[in-house]
Amino acid sequence: MRIALIAGFVALIVLLAVGLTRNPREVPSPLIGKAAPAFELPRLGGAERFSPADMRGKVWLLNVWASWCVSCRDEHPVLVDFAKTKRAPLIGLNYKDQGDDARKWLARFGDPYQFSVVDADGRIGIDYGVYGVPETYVIDRAGVIRYKQIGPVTPDVLQATILPLIRELER
Amino acid sequence: MRRLAAALAALLLCGGAPAREAPPLAPDEKVEARLVTIAEELRCLVCQNESLVASRADLAMDLKREVREQVRAGKSDAEIRDFMVKRYGDFVLYRPPLKASTLLLWFGPFLLLAAGFAAIAIIVRRRRAVRAGALSTEDEARADALLQKRTDA
Repeated sequence: MRIALIAGFVALIVLLAVGLTRNPREVPSPLIGKAAPAFELPRLGGAERFSPADMRGKVWLLNVWASWCVSCRDEHPVLVDFAKTKRAPLIGLNYKDQGDDARKWLARFGDPYQFSVVDADGRIGIDYGVYGVPETYVIDRAGVIRYKQIGPVTPDVLQATILPLIRELER
Repeated sequence: MRRLAAALAALLLCGGAPAREAPPLAPDEKVEARLVTIAEELRCLVCQNESLVASRADLAMDLKREVREQVRAGKSDAEIRDFMVKRYGDFVLYRPPLKASTLLLWFGPFLLLAAGFAAIAIIVRRRRAVRAGALSTEDEARADALLQKRTDA
């Protein structure tokens, strides 16, 4: 009897301890495995428009960023390094930002993006289930979202998850 | 004295401002009422323990704008909820749907309750068994005799 009670108690502690290691802010996206929502948005600082359909046949990354977003600055050097390797096209989605601020921000910290598109009122962000900038989507050749990074891309995430996934998807 | 007079005069002037009923906070109260009933059941993703109605987070304001527009466009409550679930998952619902992955969420508490009752039942039964078997028949007879003596005295 006593052993059963102690075992139950230990099981409860383990359950709660596992719970503590998980991040409740990370809400699994229902969009994984689904087609990336379509949009057509103007490029930042240009008149040309971009739509995810333009990227068919390529594995590419969509990174949601904003000049007001503090953790985007932590992430930025990682993206700049990634862009230098030219491993896959990186497109920015400039989320709820001011055009001037966004351009200044890129001028100051470097521009890793092939280009950024402007989602001024955050509607496309909602379609992509964005709730905490920065977020990064890996989209395959058929236009299907294969991975979503919520929060900054760290060197670890890039090496352990994103790069292997790109390799796999390009096979 | 003069200052007091000036203050009184100022007060009188203020009293002259035309009184009106407070204007409605939203242009369309019906839409707003439906927004509230729908958004009360939706979780704000930024401040996760707040409903969309209560939250003033930027994203919550945007999502409320979205709900408002869809209400105006004549979408049903279920359609609007579906719109949110498609983008943010079941997590946005305060009442998640009953399905295989949420069974434990729905029935886990009852499971724990049942386990608790079972534990109580087992403990009580054991105690009773211990008490019943604690005295031999001779001891019991002695105890009875002693108790008898006491009540007689």
